[in-house]
Amino acid sequence: MLDTGVTAWMLTSASLVLLMTPGLAFFYGGMVRGKSVLNMMMMSFGAMAVVGVIYVLWGWSMSYGASVGGLFGNPFDQFGLGGSFDPIAVLNEETGAYMPTIVDVGFQATFAIITVALVSGALAERIKFGTWLIFSGLWVTFSYFPLAHMVWGGGLLSDDGPFASIASPIDFAGGTVVHINAGVAALVLALVVGRRKGFGTEPMRPHNLPFVMLGAALLWFGWFGFNGGSAYGADEAAGLAWVNTTVATAAAIIGWLITEKLRDGHATSLGAASGIVAGLVAITPAAGDVTPIGAIFLGVVAGALSALAVGLKYKLGYDDSLDVVGVHLVSGLWGTLALGLIATDGRGLFLGGGFNQLAVQAIIAFIAIAISAVVTLVIGLALRAAPGWRVAEDVEVGGIDLAVHGETAYETLGGARVVTEVK
Amino acid sequence: MTKLVTAVIQPHRLDDVKSALEAAGVRGLTVSEASGYGRQKGHTEVYRGAEYTVDLVPKVRIDVLVSDEDVAGVTEVIVQAAQTGKIGDGKVWVVPVEDVARVRTGEHGDDAL
Repeated sequence: MLDTGVTAWMLTSASLVLLMTPGLAFFYGGMVRGKSVLNMMMMSFGAMAVVGVIYVLWGWSMSYGASVGGLFGNPFDQFGLGGSFDPIAVLNEETGAYMPTIVDVGFQATFAIITVALVSGALAERIKFGTWLIFSGLWVTFSYFPLAHMVWGGGLLSDDGPFASIASPIDFAGGTVVHINAGVAALVLALVVGRRKGFGTEPMRPHNLPFVMLGAALLWFGWFGFNGGSAYGADEAAGLAWVNTTVATAAAIIGWLITEKLRDGHATSLGAASGIVAGLVAITPAAGDVTPIGAIFLGVVAGALSALAVGLKYKLGYDDSLDVVGVHLVSGLWGTLALGLIATDGRGLFLGGGFNQLAVQAIIAFIAIAISAVVTLVIGLALRAAPGWRVAEDVEVGGIDLAVHGETAYETLGGARVVTEVK
Repeated sequence: MTKLVTAVIQPHRLDDVKSALEAAGVRGLTVSEASGYGRQKGHTEVYRGAEYTVDLVPKVRIDVLVSDEDVAGVTEVIVQAAQTGKIGDGKVWVVPVEDVARVRTGEHGDDAL
C-alpha cells in the first residue's frame, strides 16, 4: 500500500534539500569580494542546471541501477528512468508499504546537486564558468554517482560489501559520499587550479556577512530534509535525525566561537555561520546513529576542529578560498570516524563496541578519499589542458562578474575604508 | 576677514560638537564623512583566523566659516566638545579665507556668514 505519510515527508525533504543549494550560493557569495559575488552564486546555480538534467538521464541509474562490480551502477540499466526502473520502492517487506520511486529520484537528485556546488568554494573568483559546468557534469558522473552507489546503492561500501563482515558501515546521510567527497575534490582542485592573484598578500575580505548568515540559516533549514529525509520514514528515526541535526549544530557554534574567542579575541558572525555548517557536516553521517548527547560531543568537537583547520591554507599555501577543506573534509571525516566512538546499539568504542566499527568507518573514509582524489585529479588536469581553468589575469583583478557574466552586483564597488595589508 | 575652521573628529562626538557650536552662536556648518588616521593608526579585523589591518578609520569632518574675532572661541568649543582624551580624537585647524559670498543675496565677506 502506498505510504502517503512517508511519501509526503520525502517530497518535503527533497524540496528542503533543493533549497540548500541557493542557500549555499548566499553562504559562499557573501564570503567573496563584491566584484565576484555573482560568479560565485552562479557556480551553485550552474550545478543545479547541469546535475539536475544529468540525474534523470544516467545519475539515478549509475547510483541505483544494476551494479558493475560494486563500484557503480550501469548507466544504461535505467537510463532516463526507463529500462528496469521499478516505480515502486518498498519501504517495509512485511506490510508491503511503499513509496513511488520517482519521489526518491527527486530526493537523491538534490543531494548530487549540492555536493557538486560545495566544491565551488575552493575555486572562488578565478575560474571560467564554462569549465565549471563541464567539471560539474564529469565529476558528478565519475566521483559522486559511483560513491553513492558504493555506499547507498548496495555497492562495495554498503552492507552488501566486503567490510560488512567486520561491522556494518554507517553513513546516514552522506559523510563520505557528500562531504569527504566534496572536501577532497576541493583540495585537489585548489592545487590544480592554483591560487588567486594576491592570495595571502592582498585583502580578500568577505564582502557581505549578512549574506553568509542568511546562507547558513537556509542551509540549516534545508538540512532537516537532508538528514531527516534520510530516515526514509516519517517516524522516530526522522525525529532523532532532526533533533541530532539541531543539537550538533548548536554545539558546533559554541565550539567554533570559543576557539576563535581564545585564539583571535572575538566571537564573530562568520565564525557562527561557519560553525553551523561544520556541525551540520559532522552530524550528517551520524544523524540516525548517535544519541542527542552524543550529538553534542560530535558538534562541539567539529566546531573547534574546523575553526582550527581553516587557518591551514595560509600556512600550506593552497587557496581553498572558502574553506571547503577546513569545514567539509575535516568535519566530514570527524563525523564519519566519530561514529566508531559513539554509534548507538553498542557499536561505538565508547559504548563498549570495541574497534570494529571504528576500523570500518576509517576504511570507508579512506576509500572515499582515494576515489575522490584520483577522479578529481584526472578531471582537473584534463580540464587544465583544455579548455583551461583560469580566466585572464586582468579579468580576475578587474572583476569576474563584469567580464564573464557582463553584470555587476552593486552600483558601486568598494567602500570608504581601504584595506592595505593582510597577514 | 574670514577664517575657515576645519575639524576632523570621532564620528560619535558629532552630536555634542554640533550642539556646542549652536550654543556658541554658530549659524551654519558643513559635515562630511571622512576616513583617515593619525597616531591612532588603524584597527585589525579577523575573518576565519586571517587578520586584516584596516588603516583608514571612519571620521567626521566639520567645516565652519567664522569671522576673525570668533575663531579662537569656536576652535575652543570644538576641542572641548570633541575631546574624549583617547588617542584618535582628531584635529582642528584654521586657514584664512580670501572671500565668502552668500549665493542668495550676493553679499560678501563677514556679511555673508
